[in-house]
Amino acid sequence: MIDNLFTWFDNRLAISRSGRHLLNKIFPDHWSFMIGEIALYSFIVLLATGVFLTLYFVPSGQDVVYHGIYAPFDGQTMSAAFKSTLDLSFSVRGGLLMRQMHHWSANIFVGSIVVHMLRVFFTGGFRRPRELNWFIGTTLMILAIVNGFLGYSIPDDLVSGTGIRIAYSILESIPFVGSYLATLLFGGAFPGNGLIIPRFYILHVLIVPLVILGLLGAHLGLLFKQKHTQFKGNGAREDNVVGAPMWPNFMIKTTGFLFLTTAVSVLLGAFVQINPIWLYGPYIPFHVSYAVQPDWYMGWLDGALRVMPSWELHLPGHMIPNAFFPSVLLPGITFNIMMAWPWIEAAFTHDNVEHHILDRPSERPVRTAIGASVLAFYFVLFGASATDVLANYLSVSLNVVLLSFRVLCVVVPLVVYPVTYKICTEMSHTKGAGKRKQYNIIVRGEDGGYSAVPAEEYVGYQREVLEPIDVDSVDLAGVMSAPEPTSVDGVYQIPRDYR
Amino acid sequence: MLNQHSHDKTSGVAVSTDAQQFQVSAKNPKRVEKVAALTFFVSLVAFAGFGAAFWQNANNEMLGGTLGVGFLGFGAAMVIWGKYLTPRGPFEEERALMETTREQHDELVADFVVRGRVAFGRRGFLGAMLAASGAVFGIVALFPLVRSLGPLPKKSFYHTKWKRGSYVSTVDGRRLKAADLLPGSLATVFPENDLGGALSQTVLIRVQDGGDIVTMPGRESWGPEGYVAYSKVCTHAGCPVGLYEQLTKQLLCPCHQSLFEVTKGAIPIFGPAPRPLPQLPLYVDSAGYLRAQAGYDEPIGPGFWERGGTT
Repeated sequence: MIDNLFTWFDNRLAISRSGRHLLNKIFPDHWSFMIGEIALYSFIVLLATGVFLTLYFVPSGQDVVYHGIYAPFDGQTMSAAFKSTLDLSFSVRGGLLMRQMHHWSANIFVGSIVVHMLRVFFTGGFRRPRELNWFIGTTLMILAIVNGFLGYSIPDDLVSGTGIRIAYSILESIPFVGSYLATLLFGGAFPGNGLIIPRFYILHVLIVPLVILGLLGAHLGLLFKQKHTQFKGNGAREDNVVGAPMWPNFMIKTTGFLFLTTAVSVLLGAFVQINPIWLYGPYIPFHVSYAVQPDWYMGWLDGALRVMPSWELHLPGHMIPNAFFPSVLLPGITFNIMMAWPWIEAAFTHDNVEHHILDRPSERPVRTAIGASVLAFYFVLFGASATDVLANYLSVSLNVVLLSFRVLCVVVPLVVYPVTYKICTEMSHTKGAGKRKQYNIIVRGEDGGYSAVPAEEYVGYQREVLEPIDVDSVDLAGVMSAPEPTSVDGVYQIPRDYR
Repeated sequence: MLNQHSHDKTSGVAVSTDAQQFQVSAKNPKRVEKVAALTFFVSLVAFAGFGAAFWQNANNEMLGGTLGVGFLGFGAAMVIWGKYLTPRGPFEEERALMETTREQHDELVADFVVRGRVAFGRRGFLGAMLAASGAVFGIVALFPLVRSLGPLPKKSFYHTKWKRGSYVSTVDGRRLKAADLLPGSLATVFPENDLGGALSQTVLIRVQDGGDIVTMPGRESWGPEGYVAYSKVCTHAGCPVGLYEQLTKQLLCPCHQSLFEVTKGAIPIFGPAPRPLPQLPLYVDSAGYLRAQAGYDEPIGPGFWERGGTT
């Protein structure tokens, strides 16, 4: 059967020529390489649940009167978009589960992309030859955030409608073209002519996902062509890849991983409520609710809008509004520096050779400290998006909370930089730091200073190091066919560097 | 076991077929197999449970619980399988560096340049026509932007539907009289021709019981009988400024916490809002109705490039 199938394809595509090489493709094992897989698989969950939602969601800003299951809104006028979201949540079988899974996996998608980027950044995975893939990856992150915001907006509830209003103001704030961009996108001055929901919808379900899909293909294609990076140790060199072969090891494991990622979004969708729009009500332009927070990945932007002092730039006959600085200029600078980072770093280090072995963050104290410091800045902004909630929760005045955040924005990054730098340099001077299972004994010298001396390894913890075997030079099928030896309890410890 | 493997592929392969790298990771594959099988079985039962729950239209927790456990078991079993029941490794493959020889490089560049020069250079007129036609299309392709996507902003940012004599109405169209609000209370009001309008929304506050409220020099007659009215659209990011603090007589925007001083022309005293909320001049007509003396004398809401000015 399989033989016939392969023959059919072979006679048309000559797949056997490179087929074995494909089966042998090596995937290095390290837990941090899994984060990108989470992003990929949550995107698949997003596509699957998203298709389900499109079968029921009505992308229209037309007013309708609600007479559905949810009694508190009976007789209320609302947009068809909001009504169909209510129906999805209350009447469609499995609809609420799909909605909540979709929302949760969107959060997981953006989250895993961000963590994946941090991994690549702090290990220097963006260096030559992977600058292009870093660039594509950053674009993917921006698109993921944009599409998250679009999806969050289209149910047309009170919270998301307020978000759309703010987005309009942000567009409007752009110098020269802002007014035009805003009216063209919305089909008129706010709130437009009910066009924004269908327009956001088609961007959300077709245009942005299509671009994401295309770039995702390019991202994986480049990864395939350039092969995976790896951490040093246990036979890894610049001119090889050490790990597990694609077939069967990686395929079985990664497919399992797809289902585990799915399971997490299903269980979250089942037991952890997210975006209960029936508690917010439909969007009414002159209503607003307390504690209006966006999804987490927009938090830094909302925080920036809050901590920005009340400045505007007045020019003769023109002006640059306040919102421009925190919500257009700041993300603009952020994303541009992010995309250009491989070239910026290379300009300073003059390091322009190929790298396939990753850095440990402690080996690059300057890069790590810059990254940590910038990350800390955005964490503070993220925290600042909750000024009202914090003031309420801590029973302090809003003024104190806001002023503290204005100060923290400046102080925290300035503190994080030297602290990270110091930790990195200390670690790189300490033998075995960051590795488990070989302990350091802290010894005080005659001059009163402290130093770390590696302890002897415990007998039971001694690692068994196996040489990697060139997968192209052995008959893996043949050796796998041999009968399994009689077994003893337990599993082999896989050396740490391969995990 | 002696490992006879060598990195040099040309030296011939001499790896023992019972090398540890070829063994599965589990020391006891039979037992691991049982664990994985049991995990698969759990997923099978849970999937069946999901089918039953869906058929019966069970609640969200039942649906998601069964489906989630199903995927969890299914995925976990495969991960166990892939991790512990496949050859342990490590394996390696060669990686060719991403570099080419100088000759390959030069050849490609030369080919590209020469072919292009012949194809385009010899046909200069065709090239010019290609550019001209493409340019015309490029320009007309922009037409939808300015002709059909939406009306151009023109003066739509400068005026609301409030004008001289507009009755101050609630969203359901009821005209408000000076006696309608208690001191310290607030209402969201609209002109009658734009009830519920996102840009006309105005917050009407009865600051005190009677007496003119003068919020600024030049606005002596704008606040009759203890009333003031301001645009409800925040000058920062456009949220409705909906929270009124009765004791301090301040308006708070719930989105980004800008605070406006109601008795002093709604100047921003805290938060990111850069400008005061525009004030709507009111009067009470002979029948006791609250009406607008005129529309807003400046664009309401957040700033934009063409707005200019310092007010």
